[in-house]
Amino acid sequence: MTFLPKPKLHHPDLPTNALGLTRRDYEGAISTLCAGCGHDSISAAIVRAVFELDLPPHRIAKLSGIGCSSKTPTYFLGAAHGFNSVHGRMPSVLTGANLANRDLIYLGVSGDGDSASIGLGQFAHAMRRGVNMVYIVENNGVYGLTKGQFSATSDKGAKSKKGVANTDSAIDLVGMALQLGATFVGRGFSGDKTQLVPLIKAALRHKGAAFIDCISPCVQFNNHVGSTKSFDYVREHNEAVNRLDFISGREEIVTEYEPGTVEVVAQHDGSLLKLRKLAADYDPHDRVSALGYLQSRTAAGEIVTGLLYVDPDAEDLHDHMGTVETPLNALTEAELCPGSAALEKLNAALR
Amino acid sequence: MKPMERINDFVVRFANVNGSGSASANRLFAQSILRMGVPATPRNIFPSNIQGLPTWYEVRISEAGHLGARGGTDLMVAMNPQTFEKDVAEIEPGGYLFHDSSKLVRHLRTDITVLGVPLTEICNREYADVRQRQLFKNIVYVGALSALLDIEPAVLETLIAEQFRAKEKLIPANVHALHLGRDWALANMACPIGLRVRRADAVGDRIFMEGNSAAGLGAVYGGATVCAWYPITPSTSLAEGFMRYVKRYRVEPETGKTRAAIIQAEDELASIGMVIGAGWNGARAFTATSGPGISLMQEFLGLAYFAEIPAVIFDVQRAGPSTGMPTRTQQCDVMTCAYASHGDTKHVLLFPQDPHECFTMGAQAFDLADRLQTPVFVLLDLDIGMNDRLCAPFAWDDTRRMDRGKVMTAADLDAGREFGRYLDVDGDGIAYRTYPGTHPTKGAFFTRGTSRDEYAKYTEDGDVYQRNMERLLRKFDTARQIVPHPVRRDAPEGARFGVIYYGSTSPAMDEAVATLADEGIALDMLRIRAFPFHDDVMTFIAEHEHVFVVEQNRDAQLRTLLINEGEIDPARLVRVLHYDGTPITARFIAGAIAEAAAATKIVPLRKSSPKVAS
Repeated sequence: MTFLPKPKLHHPDLPTNALGLTRRDYEGAISTLCAGCGHDSISAAIVRAVFELDLPPHRIAKLSGIGCSSKTPTYFLGAAHGFNSVHGRMPSVLTGANLANRDLIYLGVSGDGDSASIGLGQFAHAMRRGVNMVYIVENNGVYGLTKGQFSATSDKGAKSKKGVANTDSAIDLVGMALQLGATFVGRGFSGDKTQLVPLIKAALRHKGAAFIDCISPCVQFNNHVGSTKSFDYVREHNEAVNRLDFISGREEIVTEYEPGTVEVVAQHDGSLLKLRKLAADYDPHDRVSALGYLQSRTAAGEIVTGLLYVDPDAEDLHDHMGTVETPLNALTEAELCPGSAALEKLNAALR
Repeated sequence: MKPMERINDFVVRFANVNGSGSASANRLFAQSILRMGVPATPRNIFPSNIQGLPTWYEVRISEAGHLGARGGTDLMVAMNPQTFEKDVAEIEPGGYLFHDSSKLVRHLRTDITVLGVPLTEICNREYADVRQRQLFKNIVYVGALSALLDIEPAVLETLIAEQFRAKEKLIPANVHALHLGRDWALANMACPIGLRVRRADAVGDRIFMEGNSAAGLGAVYGGATVCAWYPITPSTSLAEGFMRYVKRYRVEPETGKTRAAIIQAEDELASIGMVIGAGWNGARAFTATSGPGISLMQEFLGLAYFAEIPAVIFDVQRAGPSTGMPTRTQQCDVMTCAYASHGDTKHVLLFPQDPHECFTMGAQAFDLADRLQTPVFVLLDLDIGMNDRLCAPFAWDDTRRMDRGKVMTAADLDAGREFGRYLDVDGDGIAYRTYPGTHPTKGAFFTRGTSRDEYAKYTEDGDVYQRNMERLLRKFDTARQIVPHPVRRDAPEGARFGVIYYGSTSPAMDEAVATLADEGIALDMLRIRAFPFHDDVMTFIAEHEHVFVVEQNRDAQLRTLLINEGEIDPARLVRVLHYDGTPITARFIAGAIAEAAAATKIVPLRKSSPKVAS
């Protein structure tokens, strides 16, 4: 935790994006999390992803629940509105916000306690509704703010800092998201930015419910021997199924690849996902086999990462409901209020 | 005993089996009386069940215009063998029993007139299909009743034609069934009986509608675009009403797409979460629920209060606590809504008295929520929510504009206006807000349920926290001025005693006050329409020795709120409480007040000896 304010001055040579903004314009307040916290790396990855996508920061709405992870939206995208809501209930608040204005980009940040314990129901229902959002769980398997209790994503047999073994089965949010109909599912590791940044970029440009489970070790309470969410453990057991490069629609693909090693997926908005295969028989478009693969590798003690599933032509909640293109919060009074004439007609029918 | 003789002033009760298709026939009966210019007020008395259990439909016919429940039954239409004996026992002496004489009947009373019509025989003779026998039996009894009560058959035929406008081939079949019953009664019974409907002109331009639908319509007129809800009796038909009117009034003509989002959430927590998210993002949003839902929403309601986010909550109250009596009416969520959530909270409540006010307050709630940036509760109850009620026609002023409250735009920010999300620039306790996405560099802030300063920056500084809590009180004072004011009606000569009431109690109260006046007990009346209480409420209490507070709950919740917020001496507020789950009646109110006023129950303030009231 640092007490020094961040200097406002930019280095004159800082690179700018298409909007003429520097990376610094995408930052937020100084983090108050512990030094070395995985969550801060995720915040930095978000800053980089949004900067590189040339998105105007104020067109993003960042929402969170309660917990260490849910504090992080203060630490990125300072020009965006943020909402630190109620423990476990970010998905409903985000859903409502999305209903009100479909033109903004919704970034939900949550933790394993927030999403897998108290908020498991809301997590599930937001996935199955296809809310257009990026939902990142900063997953450290432990309650930090209340000092070290197991969370519902802690693996069975994992040891707490005090040496107590967890006896409950772990909830696998990735498996749940897949089963519940999320149309973009990925898993990253806060210690691997080269994998995480393209995942976040692709998710931001995905239409529909995009879920990223990001293993993010807690340096204070869950980074010891016996933990299955420590930096060392995750590095050792990380098995990426693919390597993702995100290419915005404007760029041309020039490099040639060996046939069968790279797949290019065009998303709804024209952006391209270039997927270099690492696991030979992994198909990120097959929800059923993805689930099977995930479970078999998890049983073998591996942590499967990468872009696990994507439906590039997904629809979102607004499509399902048939709402107008105009954001609901921008409809005019004439469009909303039927007026006295309609009421007179209705009165006549009620006599 | 001489059979009862009454014109345009009696109560008919239909005892049916749930799911037998009686509802539309019974509604047809009530409507035919209205069309003859005589006020009629139906009430559903039904169990928490889909099919098979007893259900009752009571119609009070009153040319004098009494719309409250009266109590007692003058004519029982006993169609349910399961409850037959109990139903017969409830008939007033001199009253009438209408029943299906195809069935064996035991133990009939001698002080009532028995009207037997062989409904099953008539239907079995006429219809081969079992379902048709059942459905048309309902219309057949309406036909027989029309002969017995002197209801004009042409009125019923017109109503049938209107009801089946979309399925025209059903019209002759229903008219035929109507005449089967009517003709049998005319041929075999002395028609009409002592209870009669006589054409009058006492309905005027009033409309006949259910409060839940009216509130849903109010939400459409109030500009609501997001509805998030979870099914719960007795509020479900409110969300469904909104859906129906959205389909009618909110379809974009060019695309066929909808100018509203309606979402059935996974529970009430998610419902209110979505409403708060939408309200934060500048849409007008609401949920409809009942007591158990309010209990579940507590944490979120505190967030909305503290983070100052507009939200509208329609609570259609039913008897609690816990699951209580889900299909019975009460006014029992007053306290839980007024102080919903942990910490120091107070919320704005509105109390509509009938479907007309469900509409007007349903629309106004959105202006209040935006202006005050806080949750606003509209407290209906099952009695007005789920029953058709005669009420003043809906009206709308086309020059009226939505009040979106204090919202700073990109132009305001560019013009250099100072923005502090929680900065009280006008002294009314209400600060400006911005919608997300307003401006590239100005006006963004972080919304949180934790303490923050005037510029939305996180702080745990005690002074700053306290300053904010005090501003919220100033805001509540502003609310006091702009919520619907109470309606006062004094006795012609003035009165020593006053009576305070609210919501669905209104029609029973009006009738009770008239009855009491006839008995020489004059009362000044004050109908409370909102919380926080306007100063007029405290003035009214100060002007009367004693004030009766009439409520439909056990714990005198509004009285508690008056004592608490107005620092009133509890001895001056006399409880009149009705909470068995049935709608309050004029008989009950008049009886309770007469008893209290006549006996020594009311001891004038600061005097030890009892004194008889006038």
